[in-house]
Amino acid sequence: MLDSNLSAVFYLVSSVLFILSLKGLSSPESSRRGNIFGIVGMIVAITTVIMQPNSTNFTYLFSAILIGGLIGTILGLKIKMTAMPQLVAAFHSLVGLSAVLVAAGAFIAPEKFNILANEKIKVISAIEMSVGLVVGAITFSGSIIAFAKLQGIMSGNPIIFKFQHLLNAIFASIIFLLIYFFIVDQKLDTFILLAILSILLGILIIIPIGGADMPVVVSMLNSYSGWAAAGIGFTLENISLIIVGALVGSSGAILSYIMCKAMNRSFISVILGGFGETATNENKNKGDKNVKSGGATDASFIMKNSESIIIIPGYGMAVAQAQHILKEMCDLLKKENIKVSFAIHPVAGRMPGHMNVLLAEANVPYDDVFELEEINSDFSTCDVAFVIGANDITTPAAKKDPASPIAGMPILDVISAKTVLFVKRSLSPGYAGIDNEIFYNENTLMLFGDAKKIVEEIVKELN
Amino acid sequence: MERRLLILARKKIMLNVDPSLINFIIFVLAIFVGYFVVWAVTPALHTPLMSVTNAISGIIIIGSLTLLCLNSDFTSIESESLDVSVILGYLATVLASINIFGGFVVTQRMLSMYKKKSK
Repeated sequence: MLDSNLSAVFYLVSSVLFILSLKGLSSPESSRRGNIFGIVGMIVAITTVIMQPNSTNFTYLFSAILIGGLIGTILGLKIKMTAMPQLVAAFHSLVGLSAVLVAAGAFIAPEKFNILANEKIKVISAIEMSVGLVVGAITFSGSIIAFAKLQGIMSGNPIIFKFQHLLNAIFASIIFLLIYFFIVDQKLDTFILLAILSILLGILIIIPIGGADMPVVVSMLNSYSGWAAAGIGFTLENISLIIVGALVGSSGAILSYIMCKAMNRSFISVILGGFGETATNENKNKGDKNVKSGGATDASFIMKNSESIIIIPGYGMAVAQAQHILKEMCDLLKKENIKVSFAIHPVAGRMPGHMNVLLAEANVPYDDVFELEEINSDFSTCDVAFVIGANDITTPAAKKDPASPIAGMPILDVISAKTVLFVKRSLSPGYAGIDNEIFYNENTLMLFGDAKKIVEEIVKELN
Repeated sequence: MERRLLILARKKIMLNVDPSLINFIIFVLAIFVGYFVVWAVTPALHTPLMSVTNAISGIIIIGSLTLLCLNSDFTSIESESLDVSVILGYLATVLASINIFGGFVVTQRMLSMYKKKSK
């Protein structure tokens, strides 16, 4: 049995542990300990609720945690690393839905949350509750759409229609109006209508955003899930929830900012959706440029005769599941005393840090893996740049052509390498819909085909 | 006994400042803490960062447990009750638990893969 002061102390302890768990991620060595801090923090918080003097319903409580825990653990153990973006999106939707459910519970049974004043819900609590509800519902439906796009249930192409932004604006205004009515009247109908409209708005916000902008979307929804939790935390007047909500909210916001910056796009333009519309008439005189293409034999010959190689992985590597065979190729090259390093662009893949996780999964040591700023100057001195499954992040047009849709986006300076080996399925442009001039460079050798198959062939040649 | 303490604690704070405002102060300060802590996270660990924030957003379980197992009248500890709010709390607890367990498990799995160069 805990009194309220002692409970508050325990909530503080758990919040500090959560902060430490994020702090741990500043380096891989401290990160595992950080995760343990997080787990302990969660146990402290849950125990504190259960130890309240008025707690009851223990059978329900333990069965709920058991069911959820079992599902979660199995998911966590079974999920493939390439499917991480989907899993994260799915988890966001669960947080959103829980926020909606808790808000609904608080509305139905306000006495449990101690938010009644004169038989009505306090105004401030009603505001906090509706914020939790609206943000939670948007997170819920938005994350489901993001999940469907990442999982391939839905096409990754942006869905754009006329008056889309106007429609969103109308929805948003109605929601604000309804929040006002909800605070004044506190009717169940208004609550339900608010939930439905927010769910629709969540769908509308995410459908116009295309595949390669997913890192921003996933981070943004991460942020929303935090704000939703904070909203509920205010209703509950619980510091742990408020602090965690703020931490997660700002974490997601920072990640979105980093992702947008890495594409030199404003957050607003990503959210408003669509990309490549300006690029349709950019593809001029494509036919009269020469492309050199080669096979695994040429590639392995070039690599064997080089001293340093930089590998640039992209989403295509994830799709082809080529990370393990790529690691094999690196090991063979290293045996020949060739220096192999990896260059990771912040938006490579479908979520922040996606490529790093896949390489870690394939046992690539993390001190061989470099970020854009760390390695970009090394391209001019390296012999071979091996691009696998990436495209837009290497396009020189981002630097040279101010009219290009990706103008100003920081790119990996692949073109200054002595030789570029470019693994790609075809010459089709990437997500941004622009032609990559590297394809036509005389130092470039295109290796057409499936990323995994090509690397497998190269490994055979190297042996 | 406990209830008296609770009321006492509430009164003490309310003498001066609205508790919602105090919570808001905590909220703003926590955003700043989050800001500095997250900027220090190495980009290579951004995916584990997302999965661990997933896990700790499961803290919403405090809200769902409040619905599920805190009985509001402070009278009986024995009686198990079931009403709509308890059902909502139950569902939310299941969902939040999926997040907590799944999030921590997958984060641990990922982090155990980050290795230094051998030898």
